[in-house]
Amino acid sequence: MADLSIEFCGIKSINPFWLASAPPTDKAYNVVRAFEAGWGGVVWKTLGEDPAAVNVSSRYSAHYGKNREVLGFNNIELITDRSLAINLQEITQVKKDWPDRVIIVSLMLPCEEKLWAEIMPLVEATGADGIELNFGCPHGMPERGMGAAVGQVPEYVEMVTRWCKTHCKLPVIVKLTPNITDVRAPARAAKAGGADAVSLINTINSITHLDLDQMVAFPIVGGASTHGGYCGSAVKPIALNMVAEIARDPQTAGLPISGIGGIGNWRDAAEFMALGAGCVQVCTAAMLHGFRIVEEMKDGLSRWMDQKGYQRISDFQGKAVPNTTDWKYLDMNYKVIAQINQDDCIKCGRCYVACEDTSHQSINQLIDAATGVRTYEVNKEECVGCNLCEITCPVQGCITMVPQDTGKPYMNWTQDPRNPRAENKVVETV
Amino acid sequence: MILESLSYLPKSKEANESLAKHFTDLAPALNARQAAIESSRCLYCYDAPCTRICPSEIDVASFIRNIHDENINGAAAGILKQNILGGSCSRVCPTEILCEDACVRNHDAEGQPVKIGLLQRYAIDNMQFEQHPFQRAAPTGKKIAVVGAGPAGLSCAHRLAMLGNDVVIYEAKEKSGGLNEYGIAKYKLTDNFAQKEVEFLLQIGGITIKHGQTLGGNVQLKDLHAQYDAVFLGLGLGASKQLGLTGEDAPGLLAAVDYIAALRQSDDLSKLPVPARAIVIGAGNTAIDMAVQIQRLGAEEVTLVYRRGFEAMSATEHEQHIAKENQVRMRTWAQPQQVLLDDTGRVRGMRFEKTAEVNGRLSGTGETFEIAADAIFKAIGQSMDETSISDPLAKTLKRDGDKIHVDDQFRTVLPRIYAGGDCVAPGQDLTVQAVQHGKLAAHAIHADINGMKEAA
Repeated sequence: MADLSIEFCGIKSINPFWLASAPPTDKAYNVVRAFEAGWGGVVWKTLGEDPAAVNVSSRYSAHYGKNREVLGFNNIELITDRSLAINLQEITQVKKDWPDRVIIVSLMLPCEEKLWAEIMPLVEATGADGIELNFGCPHGMPERGMGAAVGQVPEYVEMVTRWCKTHCKLPVIVKLTPNITDVRAPARAAKAGGADAVSLINTINSITHLDLDQMVAFPIVGGASTHGGYCGSAVKPIALNMVAEIARDPQTAGLPISGIGGIGNWRDAAEFMALGAGCVQVCTAAMLHGFRIVEEMKDGLSRWMDQKGYQRISDFQGKAVPNTTDWKYLDMNYKVIAQINQDDCIKCGRCYVACEDTSHQSINQLIDAATGVRTYEVNKEECVGCNLCEITCPVQGCITMVPQDTGKPYMNWTQDPRNPRAENKVVETV
Repeated sequence: MILESLSYLPKSKEANESLAKHFTDLAPALNARQAAIESSRCLYCYDAPCTRICPSEIDVASFIRNIHDENINGAAAGILKQNILGGSCSRVCPTEILCEDACVRNHDAEGQPVKIGLLQRYAIDNMQFEQHPFQRAAPTGKKIAVVGAGPAGLSCAHRLAMLGNDVVIYEAKEKSGGLNEYGIAKYKLTDNFAQKEVEFLLQIGGITIKHGQTLGGNVQLKDLHAQYDAVFLGLGLGASKQLGLTGEDAPGLLAAVDYIAALRQSDDLSKLPVPARAIVIGAGNTAIDMAVQIQRLGAEEVTLVYRRGFEAMSATEHEQHIAKENQVRMRTWAQPQQVLLDDTGRVRGMRFEKTAEVNGRLSGTGETFEIAADAIFKAIGQSMDETSISDPLAKTLKRDGDKIHVDDQFRTVLPRIYAGGDCVAPGQDLTVQAVQHGKLAAHAIHADINGMKEAA
């Protein structure tokens, strides 16, 4: 069996599955249950200065799929609403009882060096393995000048990171907000401030849906609402891109990344790792299904690694990074064409109407005069290989995109004669 | 009393209350959660096969999407626009050979069609309109006679009214609804649904129904033809086919449709005569309805006999399954040879001759057997009640076999006389087909008498 243990910015973990700083890691009771279930580590729910934050009632809402499956999850909960002393005491005890598990302490304080300097010895005294700076919380706390309000200003990110590195001997992980134009800027700032790692993404500003009778968004607090932070499966594509952006940025290349955002199974985790993440953090999936999901995550990842011949996570970590590039370096001569497996086709016509109405009119509907049976065929001359038909087809594997042998060599946009600004234009020889 | 020929038989031992429990919904309605799950399974096909096969052209994908999006009134309006009897059709349609058979999720790899019939029922049962969802067009001043308040006639009347015409329906029976009221198994149309549906349909206005009006009896076609701008004949098939055997009129032998009608109209099931042993002859849905219902009323031994094999039965596999589930014994490849009577002349059983197909033709093998029975119900099909079209004008109607000949616009050979439903040649003995005939005939009538081009 594959070895799932990792070392992430100097922190050893028995597996790469950590629980993110959030309600599931709010107190010892939950964290102990998580460790019993098999999680490798937790990032304890964010500690702040006393008096502790106070939360409102009605805190979560969700964006549902067709059959009430939760696609996206939204919350307006603040950082811990328990006192610093109780949290520190519990962290100390749990770490003592579970020495082989990772506990990272998430912190959020106002931008005053003195406050950060004061809290560090207290955190270190718990025996925790590291700290994570919550520069991402998008709701409530930014109004008080913390969370995303810091994460959105690279100068602040660098400054606070540096304070922490100055006053703390533990590894410092900087948690980044996605509510920003270019995530590379705060990542570079974190690195400049001396961060040992970054973790991302925190939640995305969101309103999931409305009560159209009361004319108010969810979650409803006394007839009003506020934007929350969006997470869960729906944010995975956004998170993957941001992880990739940092992984392939020459300025931050090699900076350890803890991947967060919509991870619910081993495949999600493997994808984050393939784009450079050294460990992953999970929250929403655990909140929806309980801590037991880590069992299938570990099992699935391990079996997949065995199949692929990967002995440890570092064997495939970052392997998809070189294949993630700028658009201009994609091969202009590459061509795929849709192919419909007529044996699998259930004749729902979705590919046809999608292509006919919104794309390239590359699927023909043939109607058998005698039986009325519909057959859908790809018009190879017109197909541009957009994948739309394959995506809308309800039968997995029925439509495949088949690479065509164009006989032409690799040529990217910087070389393409059709590009008026091509830097490396190739002269076509006949 | 129509069941006089069975009056000497015992009544059920059970009380009405407990008997009624055997006649509750055969396929219970979906609740909101089930409807949400089931509607989410619809793939919203383009040029959807379910819609293409629906005789009444209901846009199935669209109404299911509306259900899923919690637009129940939108779903219902979409159904009713094409089929004003969408509620009863959702209950009685053989969806297993129509939309649900065609459903792409019925494909080999999945084999689980979307429950279209139950979703249609969900939409109609849960619609909440403050007023009738369809409004009448400006009055045309035209008046049309519709003969028969069954699915074809009701559908025709509603559409004619909607187009601005006034309609008078002539119905022989006490109640409207036709087979929905008198002919469908009790557990398929529960809770007086047929009458509720008629009430809903009449809300559009402009339709008068006259009961106790029998064509060929107290009403003549020539009079209707003279009094109205047009006449639509939705007569149905009022006569039960005969076995052609001696003893056909003996006590203990009667048409299944007559027993079913009495059952449907009974408000005390414990008063119905119930044979301990019953034979049902036939293999259509009526035969199944009969066999299952008499079993549920307390018959101990019910044998359905059919002269061909299972695959030739007009009752669908789904219907055959219902019969088997209700302990109905099905005997194939046997035809009635003789009605067996006791000393008093009452039915005591039937002798059958085994049959076989020889060179594509059915023939008796000469081998016989007897089944003892206290009653025999024949369900070998319906035919035109000839007395209804016996006046001099009606006699000039062109016929296809015993059915009335119509063109593709449901025009008979007589000007301003139209026909549809089971009584015309293209009929398939399906409620949904009758509704479609009525609807299309209404458009043809409206266009013809108002001097318009064919309605779009």
